[in-house]
Amino acid sequence: MEALSLLVAVEEAAAADDAKNANAAIGAGFAYGLAAIGPGIGIGYLVGKSVEAMARQPEAAGMVRTTMFLGIAFTEALALIGFVVFILLKFA
Amino acid sequence: MLGLEFPPINGILRWQDIFPTFNKIALIAVVAALIGILLFLLANRQSAMRGPTGSRNLAETIVEFIENGIVMQTMGKRGLGWTPLLISLFVFIFLCNIPGIMPLIQMPATARIAIPLSLSLMVWVIYIGVGIKHQGAGYFGHLLWPPGVPTALKPLVGFIEFISTIVVTPFSLTVRLTANMLAGHILLVTFALLTEALLLAETNQIFFIPLSIFPFAMLTFLTGFEILVAFLQAYIFTILTAVYINNSLGSHDEAH
Repeated sequence: MEALSLLVAVEEAAAADDAKNANAAIGAGFAYGLAAIGPGIGIGYLVGKSVEAMARQPEAAGMVRTTMFLGIAFTEALALIGFVVFILLKFA
Repeated sequence: MLGLEFPPINGILRWQDIFPTFNKIALIAVVAALIGILLFLLANRQSAMRGPTGSRNLAETIVEFIENGIVMQTMGKRGLGWTPLLISLFVFIFLCNIPGIMPLIQMPATARIAIPLSLSLMVWVIYIGVGIKHQGAGYFGHLLWPPGVPTALKPLVGFIEFISTIVVTPFSLTVRLTANMLAGHILLVTFALLTEALLLAETNQIFFIPLSIFPFAMLTFLTGFEILVAFLQAYIFTILTAVYINNSLGSHDEAH
């Protein structure tokens, strides 16, 4: 009888562990997906406008490109922090 | 699903120690530093009077790229003294990134947080040091009490500015480089695993085998993409360093 209750306890612990892992996986998926929305829109605008500027004034292309990369770097950081949260939730 | 098992994160990031406290990540970093030093030493042996060949061509291209593409664009003429630092940063980070796609090595040294963190702490010390050297204690004064902002907003803007310069900047520099390289590494691992799983499918699932061409094509494409990312991240780290140092130098009028 005692052995049986021990078995049940182990099973329950395993089930709780599974539920925790599943929740972590769902949370990780949402974390990355939501974190990608804003920067996606932002980088879209940024690069689109930069290409527009370069097409209008090709002689300023170098300056526009540098500034574009700077903007991308700052915008992209948000998405990357989302990715780090994903890694932490999934694996840590 | 299809018997595909993703390895634990330690399995794809952690390498055996060669001897205690020195693993292959450290080995890649040391080799990257040595290759960078060797390239410029070799280039320096050629006479500057004649037309450049071989390694000197490469070295001159790098120097020109850093001077015209980064220093002149962000700091102007007064920043030319910072070119050696920026070249070292660029070359070292690029050589640490590029093993991510090299066969047999296939691990970007910057995908572990240690190297990006120490590099951005170094940059942090440099730009705060430059700020104190060029503006004295007024550097922190300018951060906390920014000029050219309405007085009512100064405490708020100053607080945000201070936190973002002292805390957020090194953090975002670190995370940007690490997370980019880590994401690329995990993507490559994922598609390599998919290819392998489809290629080695059980005999009763034999129709999976031709499908393995799709993840393999994606893997090839991503490997090319990773070259671009390795270059771009080194470039972005360097250009952000230049921008932060330029901010610490103060406005153009004060400098001249």
